Amino acid sequence: MRGGEFLQKIRIGNLQRFRAVFLAGKRVVALAVLLGAAAAAQAVEPDEILPDPALEARARDISKDLRCLVCRNESIDESNAQLAKDLRVLVRERLTAGDSDAEVMEYVVDRYGEYVLLRPTASGANLLLWAAGPLMLVLAGGIGIAFVRRRSRATSREADGLSEAESTRLAEILDE
Amino acid sequence: MITELGHFALILAFLVACVQAVVPMVGAARRWPGWMAVAEPAASLQFLLTAFSFAALTWAFITSDFSLRLVVLNSHSAKPLLYKISGTWGNHEGSMLLWVLILTLFGACAAWFGGNLPPGLRARVLSVQASVAVAFFAFILFTSNPFLRVEMPPFDGQDLNPLLQDPGLAFHPPFLYLGYVGLSMAFSFAVAALIEGRVDAAWARWVRPWTLAAWVFLTIGIALGSWWAYYELGWGGFWFWDPVENASFMPWLLAAALLHSAIVVEKREALKSWTILLAILAFGFSLIGTFIVRSGVLTSVHAFANDPERGVFILLILAFFVGGALTLFSVRAQVMEARGVFGVVSRESALVLNNVLLAVACFVVFVGTIWPLLAEMFFDRKLSVGPPFFNLAFSPFMVVLGAILPVGAMLPWKRGRIARAFRPLRAAFVLALALAALAWAMQTGKSTLGPIGLFLGAWVVFGAATDLWMRTGRKGNRFGRLIRLPRADWGKAVAHSGLGITIFAVAGLTAWEQEDIRVTQLGEAFDVGAYTLVLEQVEKARGPNYLSEIGHVTASRNGRVVARLRPEKRVYPVAQMPTTEAGIDYRVFRDLYVVIGDRQGDGGWIVRTYIKPFANWIWAGSILMALGGLLSLSDRRFRVAAGARRVPGGVPAE
Repeated sequence: MRGGEFLQKIRIGNLQRFRAVFLAGKRVVALAVLLGAAAAAQAVEPDEILPDPALEARARDISKDLRCLVCRNESIDESNAQLAKDLRVLVRERLTAGDSDAEVMEYVVDRYGEYVLLRPTASGANLLLWAAGPLMLVLAGGIGIAFVRRRSRATSREADGLSEAESTRLAEILDE
Repeated sequence: MITELGHFALILAFLVACVQAVVPMVGAARRWPGWMAVAEPAASLQFLLTAFSFAALTWAFITSDFSLRLVVLNSHSAKPLLYKISGTWGNHEGSMLLWVLILTLFGACAAWFGGNLPPGLRARVLSVQASVAVAFFAFILFTSNPFLRVEMPPFDGQDLNPLLQDPGLAFHPPFLYLGYVGLSMAFSFAVAALIEGRVDAAWARWVRPWTLAAWVFLTIGIALGSWWAYYELGWGGFWFWDPVENASFMPWLLAAALLHSAIVVEKREALKSWTILLAILAFGFSLIGTFIVRSGVLTSVHAFANDPERGVFILLILAFFVGGALTLFSVRAQVMEARGVFGVVSRESALVLNNVLLAVACFVVFVGTIWPLLAEMFFDRKLSVGPPFFNLAFSPFMVVLGAILPVGAMLPWKRGRIARAFRPLRAAFVLALALAALAWAMQTGKSTLGPIGLFLGAWVVFGAATDLWMRTGRKGNRFGRLIRLPRADWGKAVAHSGLGITIFAVAGLTAWEQEDIRVTQLGEAFDVGAYTLVLEQVEKARGPNYLSEIGHVTASRNGRVVARLRPEKRVYPVAQMPTTEAGIDYRVFRDLYVVIGDRQGDGGWIVRTYIKPFANWIWAGSILMALGGLLSLSDRRFRVAAGARRVPGGVPAE
C-alpha cells in the first residue's frame, strides 16, 4: 500500500519528528518543518566510510549510541542533519587517530555534555534508572511468590476446596 | 450552520454525560430502578450527539470550510478526499474529538450489549464511563475547541502536514485510539466493582472481551505505525523507543497482562484485587500516554511551558481518575477475598509470573521514558535515554517470557508438575534447539542474537502447536476434534504463535541485516550479499506536485533477474522538501530495500542497499496476535455469559 503519486510527503526522514508533529500540535509542526528543511543529506554517506572495515564497524557502533543533538531521539547513525554528519566525521577522525572507543565517547561527551549519550551512564542518580527494572522485578517477584505460597497453603488447609461457610452448609444439607 | 449544530451537539453531549455520571450512580446506591435506567438512553444519546458533532467537523473538512480555524490550519482545497477526512483527526483538537467519540462509542456498546449485566453494575459502569467523558468533553470545550471560527476566512488553507498524507497513517490513529480508549471499559468495570465491593467470575467474563478488543486494536495500531516507519523512512527502521511510541506500548503491555489475569479471575476466582489494580493502571497509562503526547512535555520541556493549559488539564484528569480509583482501591481491595486455591506449580502461578514480567517490563519502559524529565527536575542533569538503554533493559523480560510461555501454557490449573507439563513439549524444544544450532552454524559472524531469537520464536510457535494438539485427546479422530476445539483455544495458540514469530523476526532482522552504502556508476554491477545489483539509468520525471529522479535498479541472483526496483528521490518545490521513496522487493524470507541518494561530481550516484531478512514476519506476527485476540473474542463463552453469575464458584477449571 504505497502512497500514490498525489501524495505529498515531506521527507523529513524521521518517524519521531513526524509523530511529534502529528500528535503534539502545530507549534511543533513549525519546528519540525524547519528542522526537516535543513536535513537534505541522508544518514551515513559513502565518502564518510573508513577504508578499514574493522574501524568502520567500530565507528558505526559508537554512532548508534550518540544522539543527534538537533533531532528528536535519533542517533547520529540514522540522522540526516548536518550536525550528525559532522559528529560522524569527528568520531571517525578520532578513531583513525588511534583513540579507543571509550576515549572517543569521552571526547564527544566533553564537548557536548552527557545529553549526547543515548545509553545513559550508570553513575550517580542514573544508578536508579538502571536498577529500577531489577529492583522492581525482585519486589514484584517477591510479592508474587508470597501470594502463590499463601494460596497453596490455603490449599492444604481447605483440602476439599470448601470455605468454612460452605462446609457448614454442606453439613446442614447432609443432615437433612 | 452545520458547524454550529456540531458545536451545539458537543455541548449537549457534555451535559448528557454530566447527567449520566450522576443519576445512575445515585440510583444504584439507592436502588431506584428509574434512576438506574437513565444510563442506557443517556449513553446512546451521548454517543449519537458526539458522532453528529464529529460528522459536522468532518463535513467542514470535506467541504473545505475555511471559516473554521482548524480547517484553515490543517487542510487545503486541493487535498485528496481521503486526506481531507483523515485531516479531521490529524491535529490536536480533532484527535481529541475522536478520542471522546470512541469513549462514548464504548459506553454506548456497554449499554447496547450489556442487557445481561446486573442492573446495578451496569448503571455504575456507565456512570463511571460518563464521568471520564465529562472530563474530556470539558477539556475539549474549554481548552481545545475544534469549532472556533475565524473572523476573515482566507481563500485557501495551510494544508495538512504532507507527512500525514499517507494511507498507512490515515488509519493508524483511529486504531490506536480504539485501543487506548477501549481500556476505559476495563477501568469503568473495575471502579464499578470496587464501589459494589464484589468481583466474581461473571465480572471477569465481562471485562475480558473489552480488554481483548482494546488490546487487538492497540496491536493493529502499533503494527501499522511500525510498518509505516519501515517503508517510509528510507532505512527500514521499525521501532525507535520514542516517548510517543512508548506511550502506546505501555498500555499494550498492561492490557496483555490484564487479559491474562482476568482468565485467572474467571476460571479460578483468584487474583481479583490484582486484576482490578491492573485495569486501573492500564487505563491510567492510556491517560499518561495522552498526557505525554498532548502536553509535549517529553518532546521538550519548553513545549510544555509554552502551552501549559492543556497539559495541566490532562494532568488534573489523570490525577483525579487514577488517584481516585487507587484511593478507592486501597479502601475496598480487601473486600475482594480470593477463593481459588492452587499449588505453587500450576497454571495460576504461571499466569502470575506472566503478569510480573509484563508489569515490570512496562515499568522499565515507563522509567526510561520519564527519566530525562526526572533527571532534569531533581538532579539537574540533562541527559538522554535512547534505544540502547531500552534494548538492554527491556529485552531480557521478553526472553524470559518467551522461554517460560510454552511450559506455563501447558500447566494444568490448580496443581501440576513441571516435568509432566514439559514432557509433551520435548519435541518442540529439541526442534527449536536444532533450528537455533543450524542458524548458529550457517550464519557468518558470531552473533548470538539471531540463534537465540530463532530458538525462542520456534519454541513458542511449536509449543503453541503442541498445546493445541494435546487438547484433542489421546485417540480417535484427533484432527476432527482439533477443528472443533473452542475458539478460545485456537485464539490462544494463534496469538502465542504470533508473539513467537514477532520475537524471532525482530531478532533475525537485527542480527542478519546486510547493508551496503556506495557510489555507483550507471551500468556498473555491484554485489550485496547473494545479489548483484545494477543501476541501469536514472530518469527524470514530473509528478503532480513534485519533481522526481527515478533510479532503475535491476537485482539478479546467479545471473537470473529477481527484481526490478524503482527507488525515487523527490523534490516538492512548493514545500522546498526533498523526499526519498525506497524501492522494496517484498519476499517471504527477505526484503530487498534500495534507496537512491544524491548524484556525485563524477556522475555516479549514492545507492544504499539493504537485505532485510524476515522483515515481513514482524508484522505477520503482529497480525497473528491480533487475529488470535479476535478468535478468542468470538468464543462461545463470551456470547453466553448471561448465566455465569449464578455459578458461585466460577466455571470448573477444565
